[in-house]
Amino acid sequence: MRFFQHFGEYLLFLKAVFTKPEKGKIFVKQIFTESNNIGVGSFAIISLISTFIGAVSTIQIGYQLVSGILPDYLIGRIVRDSNILEFAPTVTALVLAGKVGSNIASEIGTMKVTEQVDALEIMGINAANYTSLAKIVSGVITIPMLVLYAMMLSLIGGAISGWASGIISVESFVKGLRTDFMGYNVVFAMTKAYTFSFLITSVSAFQGFRTEGGALEVGESSTKAVVYSCMSIIFFDYIISQLMLFK
Amino acid sequence: MIVIENVNKTFGTKHVLKDISANLYKGKCNFIIGASGGGKSVLMKCMVGLVTPETGSITFDGRDFLKLNYKEKINVRKDIGMLFQNTALFDSLNVEENVAFPLRMFTDFTEEQIMDRVNFCLGRVNLVNLNKLFPSNISGGQKKRVGIARAIALNPKYLFCDEPNSGLDPLTSRVIDELIKDITKEYNITTVINTHDMKSLFVMGENIVFIHQGAKWWEGEKAGIRSSGNKELLAFMEASEF
Ligand SMILES: Nc1ncnc2c1ncn2[C@@H]1O[C@H](COP(=O)(O)OP(=O)(O)OP(=O)(O)O)[C@@H](O)[C@H]1O
Ligand SMILES: [Mg+2]
Repeated sequence: MRFFQHFGEYLLFLKAVFTKPEKGKIFVKQIFTESNNIGVGSFAIISLISTFIGAVSTIQIGYQLVSGILPDYLIGRIVRDSNILEFAPTVTALVLAGKVGSNIASEIGTMKVTEQVDALEIMGINAANYTSLAKIVSGVITIPMLVLYAMMLSLIGGAISGWASGIISVESFVKGLRTDFMGYNVVFAMTKAYTFSFLITSVSAFQGFRTEGGALEVGESSTKAVVYSCMSIIFFDYIISQLMLFK
Repeated sequence: MIVIENVNKTFGTKHVLKDISANLYKGKCNFIIGASGGGKSVLMKCMVGLVTPETGSITFDGRDFLKLNYKEKINVRKDIGMLFQNTALFDSLNVEENVAFPLRMFTDFTEEQIMDRVNFCLGRVNLVNLNKLFPSNISGGQKKRVGIARAIALNPKYLFCDEPNSGLDPLTSRVIDELIKDITKEYNITTVINTHDMKSLFVMGENIVFIHQGAKWWEGEKAGIRSSGNKELLAFMEASEF
């Protein structure tokens, strides 16, 4: 029961968020600030994580395919598919749920408990729209870009670790990358990326916005934002995979 | 003038406002006083539309707020300025941007006109040379002044102050009081002040509404307090050594 009540509140929140901003100029300015916070601010951590996941996946897949019967370029192919289909979009989203999600929830939560949200309402501004729309839009613009970037870096990381550990030569790895490449997989991954970025930003903004109390509750909201974002990411990962990979 | 009629508000089973009626006059400092937990803040929140009472009406110069549609409510809200107890300044914006915020949102002023108005408002509250500082880097009294400057930026017809001098030293309190009083007179604003501070009541109170355990016990001019014969009100006054 509680779940349905929260879900209903979430939908009402989204209804309030997706209205026309009071002033277009201010909104555009917010988009730039938030895109910078979310996108540029997450660049370093995503670079690091995706490179290493690519590197680790090459080593582990190499380890599992040591039979000698299969040609080694298959390693490149499997690394490519697992990184594009799963690791790059999902791990990036989970990491950003932690970084961006908690940030959004605590920022909006703090505005709520220090009455800044009330101040907006009294001025006659739709506070849900003002505090959250730019964050959600910026997330949906920048997070998929980060996912694309993560895909690329993970393949480079994979090539490097394959070469450095002597598992596979760069030529074979690249040959593997180019074997039976399906553009559809990228479409699938980007569908996930857009869905996840919307989930992270909107769920976290909602958690921030329903904060009541003080500093303690802001902390709780930010934890909840991360937990619920992660749960919804995993759940939609399953749904989208089912819908798009086995039609 | 704001007219409150038969306002009732309950939270769960708790009857917080009990059939409150009161008149708040234009060009005057209207005080709402009473013991802690009596419902002063809730009453103020009802007036500015943050809390919706179950019954009753709140009328702003003939505009019955609770009966208005969304657009009309926004128009009333543009006439409202509010100084929050903890100031509620936007902490991602500096002093100047905080005061400019309502101007940027609701006017088509050029950047130059906005800055003129901002500097005028900041000058009015005697704050100069702090324009670029952020709220976290200024003192409590300075924050209150920025809060007042932001509240008057759009020339409000109604000014609400929730405990304007809580947490301030007596000297700064008087300065803030004087400021609110001067602004009220200068622009003929309907000012509503919510306070525990009896000193400011005696300095600037004109019309007084005494709230006790959620009900209105007394309403009238400052001079009438002593002769009111209202036991709770007199006890309340005595406790604050007047
Ligand atoms: N959102 C709410 N939910 C439930 N009860 C509330 C809520 N807001 C206020 N109350 C209750 O209403 C009563 C009046 O509170 P209010 O804040 O108006 O008191 P006050 O007169 O402003 O006191 P103080 O002088 O200490 O600020 C209190 O008992 C409080 O617990
Ligand atoms: Mg109060």
